[in-house]
Amino acid sequence: MRNAVPILTVVCTLLVIWYAAAVWLNAPWAYNKAERAGIELNFTDLVSDTWSQDKPKLPAPHQVGAEIWKTTGDMVLNGRGFSKRSLIYHSWVTFSATALGFVLGTGLGIALAIGIVYNRTMDMSVMPWVIASQTIPILAIAPMIIVVLNAVGISGLLPKAMISMYLSFFPVVVGMVKGLRSPAPMQLDQMRTWSATPAQTFWRLRLPSSMPYLFASLKIGMAASLVGAIVGELPTGAVAGLGARLLAGSYYGQTIQIWSALIMAATLAAILVGLIGVLQRIILKRMGMA
Amino acid sequence: MGWLVFALGVWAGGWWLNHVLAHRPKTRLTRLAVPVIFGVTILVIWEAVVHGLEISPILLPPPSQIAVTFAAKTDILWEDFVQTVIKGALTGYVIGCGAAFLIAVAIDRFPFLQRGLLPVGNFVAALPIIGMAPILVMWFGFDWQSKAAVVVVMVFFPMLVNTVQGLQDTNAMQRDLMRTYAAGYWMTLLKLRLPAAMPFIFNGLKIGSTLALIGAIVAEFFGSPIKGMGFRISTSVGQLALDLVWAEIAVAAMAGSAFYGGIALLEKAMTFWHPSQRGRT
Repeated sequence: MRNAVPILTVVCTLLVIWYAAAVWLNAPWAYNKAERAGIELNFTDLVSDTWSQDKPKLPAPHQVGAEIWKTTGDMVLNGRGFSKRSLIYHSWVTFSATALGFVLGTGLGIALAIGIVYNRTMDMSVMPWVIASQTIPILAIAPMIIVVLNAVGISGLLPKAMISMYLSFFPVVVGMVKGLRSPAPMQLDQMRTWSATPAQTFWRLRLPSSMPYLFASLKIGMAASLVGAIVGELPTGAVAGLGARLLAGSYYGQTIQIWSALIMAATLAAILVGLIGVLQRIILKRMGMA
Repeated sequence: MGWLVFALGVWAGGWWLNHVLAHRPKTRLTRLAVPVIFGVTILVIWEAVVHGLEISPILLPPPSQIAVTFAAKTDILWEDFVQTVIKGALTGYVIGCGAAFLIAVAIDRFPFLQRGLLPVGNFVAALPIIGMAPILVMWFGFDWQSKAAVVVVMVFFPMLVNTVQGLQDTNAMQRDLMRTYAAGYWMTLLKLRLPAAMPFIFNGLKIGSTLALIGAIVAEFFGSPIKGMGFRISTSVGQLALDLVWAEIAVAAMAGSAFYGGIALLEKAMTFWHPSQRGRT
């Protein structure tokens, strides 16, 4: 809580800068309009106009807030919470792809990490490629993966989830390899003196001691997998999902819509990463590691 | 059928070779050979499976066809490379990392800012910043300036957070030693804290290097002039010219690896004293 005051100060400063930037960026259009109408703008008029344009270059925070409320809370109150115009619906679409990709990616990551830790050949041949795989800008291939999988007959959730998976498996592999190797030689020797089988060593020593590493990776993986899902939605023709809202907004110049989708995505990311944080605290506490 | 058997044989052969190599004492040669053999095996299997299962080249072109396209279209690929990597990604990367570094040094002087900005920066670093792309494309136009802007925003926060953390990575004893030498703020910064922060700064630079390419390419999906890797990929997918797409991906992969590798080499040269670098040969 010691940090609350500085954080609030920074957030407030950011909001002030945002409002000021909105005035600055939207002023040319306001002047243009006033000139055509033949009115002289004083400062108050200018500010009120720049904060309430229909298609501003930079919408003011309260405009974005109003748009988000209109497409979430208001629709829920009207009983249309899952209509296609509601951001809740779009967030849900993005979330389901993110979650599926995240689960697949985590599974693949843990499996690869176990293979790498227990098999020397895999360690030497796969590990360099795992690292190299991330220097390939996978997001660039997203459109192709989706088109190709569509052609094979796989459509809907899975292609997007594949991209999320590719992005989220990497932090898990790296973290888990580190984690599974984290027991000290002394601890491993101890297991040997108890004549523990490799399986027992894995379940009772290596896996538990890798947990802190796993959760740190899961947080990064979750954020990455959300990015993957959003970018994966771009080439599907702007049907559903937060990425589709971004694309549709950029086609029609609906800046308020873009910003509201962006804030929604940020909130989603914050909630998901926060959830993992809570899970981490509970589990590590139960395991006596926190 | 023959192709599939061949693929299986290559897989077994490659794995056996790697198995043998991996269980011999580690030398520089085996360390390099094992991953290379693995990569070549994958390529050969890809080629064989495409022929064996008679997959349409429209869906998945074999590596040989991609190589032919690559050789035939080098002029287009080079033009796209200059537009996206040199103009978009590199410019943005330099501006973004430079700005983040300077701001981090400034923040570091004020503990209040540090406590306020660091959590916010950490939060922003986890956000899907790529979503800013359409907005920035709207602001800065379709040419490379908007791509550079996206890259600046993407690399800024990881770099900021890493540098600030790095600057705090000195202990009280070391700082006291600098005080006994009567070193001022700038002297301490230059001689102690910046060198100590180097591993963190390079970590930020490495994270940024992959983000920069991704940012520049994805930003082109939202509008670009008629060149650039992102533009070429999205239009070629529409024309089902997947061999060209794969050639672009190969370029992107090589550029990404070279970028990352270059920074890793620089890191090795500049932080040779750090324990994480000393252990290796």
